[in-house]
Amino acid sequence: MRRDRTVPALVIAAVVLLAAAPLAPQWLVFLLALALAKGLVVLGLVLLMRTGLVSFGQGLYFGLGAYAAALLAHRGGIADAALMIVAGTACAAVLAAILGLLLARYREIFFAMLSLAFSMILYGLLVKSSALGSTDGFNLHAKSFAGVVLSAGIERRVFFAASVVLACAVAWVMHRYGSSHWGRLSAAIRDNELRVEYLGASVYRVVYVNYVAACALAGMGGAFAALAVGHVDPETAYWTTSGEFVFVAILGGTGNVLAPFLAAAIFEGLRTVANQYAPNVWQMSLGLAMLAIIMFLPGGLWTLLKRRSG
Amino acid sequence: MSTILAAHGLQKNFGAVTAAADVSLAFDRESVVSLIGANGAGKTTFLNMVTGYLKPDRGSIRFEGRELTGHSPREITSLGICRSFQIPQLFHSLSVRENLLVAEGIAHAEHVEEATDAVLERFGLSGYAAQAAGLLPEGVRKLLDVAMALVARPKVLLLDEPTSGVAADEKFGIMDLVMGAVRGEGVTVLFVEHDMDIVSRYASRVIAFYDGRVVADGAPGTVLATEEVRRYVIGEDHAAH
Repeated sequence: MRRDRTVPALVIAAVVLLAAAPLAPQWLVFLLALALAKGLVVLGLVLLMRTGLVSFGQGLYFGLGAYAAALLAHRGGIADAALMIVAGTACAAVLAAILGLLLARYREIFFAMLSLAFSMILYGLLVKSSALGSTDGFNLHAKSFAGVVLSAGIERRVFFAASVVLACAVAWVMHRYGSSHWGRLSAAIRDNELRVEYLGASVYRVVYVNYVAACALAGMGGAFAALAVGHVDPETAYWTTSGEFVFVAILGGTGNVLAPFLAAAIFEGLRTVANQYAPNVWQMSLGLAMLAIIMFLPGGLWTLLKRRSG
Repeated sequence: MSTILAAHGLQKNFGAVTAAADVSLAFDRESVVSLIGANGAGKTTFLNMVTGYLKPDRGSIRFEGRELTGHSPREITSLGICRSFQIPQLFHSLSVRENLLVAEGIAHAEHVEEATDAVLERFGLSGYAAQAAGLLPEGVRKLLDVAMALVARPKVLLLDEPTSGVAADEKFGIMDLVMGAVRGEGVTVLFVEHDMDIVSRYASRVIAFYDGRVVADGAPGTVLATEEVRRYVIGEDHAAH
């Protein structure tokens, strides 16, 4: 039996990234922070995909998490990054707990389209809301992290270090979840819902719990992204953002909890480079990359690493 | 011996097709009963109504005195009625061991890993433990399907054609394993079967269906010798021998 190296890999990744936090150039810290934030969203999406569901509406929770965090500072006067992340995660979880009651009953294209529709409702509300900056959005600025006031030069690095710790902790939890009874049950539901019911388990309950967990992660990712960028706008809830998460999930594959973060980093890196050197055709190059992945690596980039280690 | 499961006046129509016409049956605890009949006679419809997959148009099904109609398959499973399927219903991307781990986890086994290993051993599946269920030979798929149904320690076990699609020389081996697993466990077994050698060897009672009706019910020797069963279930050619 092949040894599972996920936990040592997570520890190594955390150590390397934390060591890089004070040393790496600002642009790289920004890029990696954004990749970690989006990796959290994709990790949740992968949880849904392991249950056999593809959501084209994670932008709803990504945007909600970002706006909730931003509004806490902007309107609530609470500019602590840790509380902003908690607020973003909690708001997404609460909305998912409500919408999940309905969505957990749907599968395949119906689930995908309903989730997309809900995200577009939020997008429409944000675009029409002048109090929230309409299409321009608004800026946010965290003044402290868990009560510690940060100086302007190091705040981005501190947020990055915090996101490394949190992302690794979440990935570890999700790894444990994947190998637990509920993790196996999720995969069983993807394979054969009928049999799961005939064994005496509630498919609805598992799908619901996984949906809420995935959306809470999307909210957390949204809050982190808002803090990293320092700005929120309705694009966060737009369907292309949701599609981007699906793209990254397919790019990385569902084989390991590290895959979403790796794929998000590659995606953000590619986009940065492509934006600079081929600003008008970069989406096309991403499309070609997607075609190549689907044709040659249907399990995602992670299968390359598995082949090397296997 | 007391009755554990009783159906009364079951009626089920699919458009113009009658799948169950006033079916009334009672099953004793720990009995082994075979349901026989040609394709479309109403055997699987009966199992589907007992397990909650289909709701009868009319009639009642009582399990230990409790009404089952209107309950979901999950609720009925939790009461102690489990089933296997004509086409094995497995988790194809999971290994054989993972399939059983899922079943044991749902059944709230105290020591899931040990219980899973014991089931693998009992059904002779240890050699396939790491193999993906989707890649198994048909006989092994059938065994795994039955093993998963037994994991919840049911009071009533329904087997839908446990030997169909299996090589002739494997059929008795499969049935021996299944019957060995339920022996002494206080399980009532209802199995749908087309092979009359299997029926004669393992069932203590045979119920013959034809056109949604029960046409014969009794000991195997008696039922298999009746004219209606010879004509409509076994077939005239076979009956002539």
